[in-house]
Amino acid sequence: MNKLKRQFLAGPYLVWIIGFILLPIIMILYYALTNQTGEATLSNILAIGTPIHSKALFLSLKLAFLCTAICLVLSYPLAMILSNIRKKHQNLIVFIFILPMWMNFMLRILAWKMLLSNNGVINSVLETLGIPPLDILNTPTAVVFCMVYDFLPFMILPIYNSMARIGKDIIEAAKDLGAGSVTIFFKIILPLTISGVVSGIIMVFVPALTSFAISDLLGGGKVLLIGNVIEQAFMQEYNWNLGSGLSIVLMVFVIASMALMSAHDKEGGGAGVW
Amino acid sequence: MSKKLIDLVHISKSFDGAAVLDDLNLYIRENEFLTLLGPSGCGKTTTLRLIGGFDTPDQGQVIFDGKDITSLSPNQRQVNTVFQKYALFPHMTIAENIAFGLKIRKKSKQYIQDKIKYALKLVNLDGFEGRSVDSLSGGQQQRIAIARAIVNEPKVLLLDEPLGALDLKLRQDMQYELIRLKNELGITFIYVTHDQEEALTMSDTIVVMNQGYIQQIGTPEDIYNEPSNAFVADFIGESNIIDGIMVKDRLVELLGVTLPCVDEGFGQQKPVDVVIRPEDVELVDPSNGQLAGEVTSLIFKGVHWEIDVMANGFEWLVHTTQMHPVGSHVGIHIDPFNIQIMHKPESSDERAVETDE
Repeated sequence: MNKLKRQFLAGPYLVWIIGFILLPIIMILYYALTNQTGEATLSNILAIGTPIHSKALFLSLKLAFLCTAICLVLSYPLAMILSNIRKKHQNLIVFIFILPMWMNFMLRILAWKMLLSNNGVINSVLETLGIPPLDILNTPTAVVFCMVYDFLPFMILPIYNSMARIGKDIIEAAKDLGAGSVTIFFKIILPLTISGVVSGIIMVFVPALTSFAISDLLGGGKVLLIGNVIEQAFMQEYNWNLGSGLSIVLMVFVIASMALMSAHDKEGGGAGVW
Repeated sequence: MSKKLIDLVHISKSFDGAAVLDDLNLYIRENEFLTLLGPSGCGKTTTLRLIGGFDTPDQGQVIFDGKDITSLSPNQRQVNTVFQKYALFPHMTIAENIAFGLKIRKKSKQYIQDKIKYALKLVNLDGFEGRSVDSLSGGQQQRIAIARAIVNEPKVLLLDEPLGALDLKLRQDMQYELIRLKNELGITFIYVTHDQEEALTMSDTIVVMNQGYIQQIGTPEDIYNEPSNAFVADFIGESNIIDGIMVKDRLVELLGVTLPCVDEGFGQQKPVDVVIRPEDVELVDPSNGQLAGEVTSLIFKGVHWEIDVMANGFEWLVHTTQMHPVGSHVGIHIDPFNIQIMHKPESSDERAVETDE
């Protein structure tokens, strides 16, 4: 009886899972494996091989790699500095870093479009200082720049969390046993934060790989990512079959990258949520 | 006596403007088991951290084996520490934990293997090489922490309340283990604790500290039997501490009666603290006692009864093997040599002597 009640409580979640997760995936699979007349075909998936699609996928991977690498290089030293200052100040600085996340994603992108435009704030300031203007709007540089801006907190937080978990006495114990700062970094700090790094990489790389809004707004139609190709297939060409096929290919890349990273994270700390 | 190994000279240290240690002078002999004992905030852990190199004094010097090591960092000192919370490296196996210090000093593989085996045997954890830190109990982790420290053959082992997190039985076992280790290794132990029993059991020398000042240095017997002031008497074991007046040599007045004692040299008609241990208070027939009173509380403690006796306006704490029911009238007798006379704290410097209660 009790067991039945408890299962009943899980009902709403079951409806959610089936209705909003399983059904859509089945539908995407169905569309991906059929053509517009409903016959089974692999052509939608093999369409990734056409130059325009493979070029978009390659560019997506390249920009996502770049974005992840820049986020990692920025976040790791920051997390180290953060974990060494007073606790009260730590919370404030972490708060400042995640503050932009409280603003709408689209608004943030639009704001950067305004800031980076030819007669935007940044170029006006540069002009008055006599520095040549920054002409990066509508280029991959602007897209990567905005990706880093948007996804940086997702890299900082897991690394900072894993760093903050290392007790001060662990570091002191290492010093006590004769370790200098280089040894402490490579033998203690780095191994103990690797799970945070893995989580951060996944949480930045996956959204960067699949994003289309940033390239849409800051790329000016010149930066075509795989996300934009899929969006166009659905929204402009009304070719749900092609869109689904390319989505499946992208999904494979996402899952593969997650599996690759998780394999390096033996403790499974944090990365498990993905 | 063996030679001085560590000498702390005129050490002062404050954190955020609050003085923790003030002009502390202390030396530690080679091969000694020295315990820094005191309530939390008395400066005992700070003293240990100064020797370990985790903090540097604002003033004064740390001398080690004749050399000034005040400004040396922890990794350049010939001491190793066993931390309160073990501080084992969670991402390493037990063997890797123990080998950590040896690998840094580039010892040969064979040497490291032998040392790991030897150290694990010493702490009674043979065969634990491949285990993970998580799979060990608190007591086992603490023993690994000790093993990790001693494989480096330090001249001094610093122990910062290492048994604080263990349960009573385990704590007692570990106390004997530490005494055995100290004897087998023949190195100096500096031990920090707030547990007076632990200090009495293990130490060669006890340093009682309060509010950044050393209150008394001595053997466990000295500290217990001849506490130098009321704070030490109160902190080490239980005590009846009574205001008294030293009438003249060998005669003290307290609670309206005059009792013979064995102390001399306090002057005449001088206010003093009188300390009497609860096991030194004899309960006798009311007519035979120096004082007469009434039992107000009775608690069975296993080895003895703990009895409160109200006599002459003071509640006496008494430990005795004889039962006296609540409400019964008893006499109190104290032998002269069981009365300890202590100076009252006079100047503000001695304020640290006052107990917090």
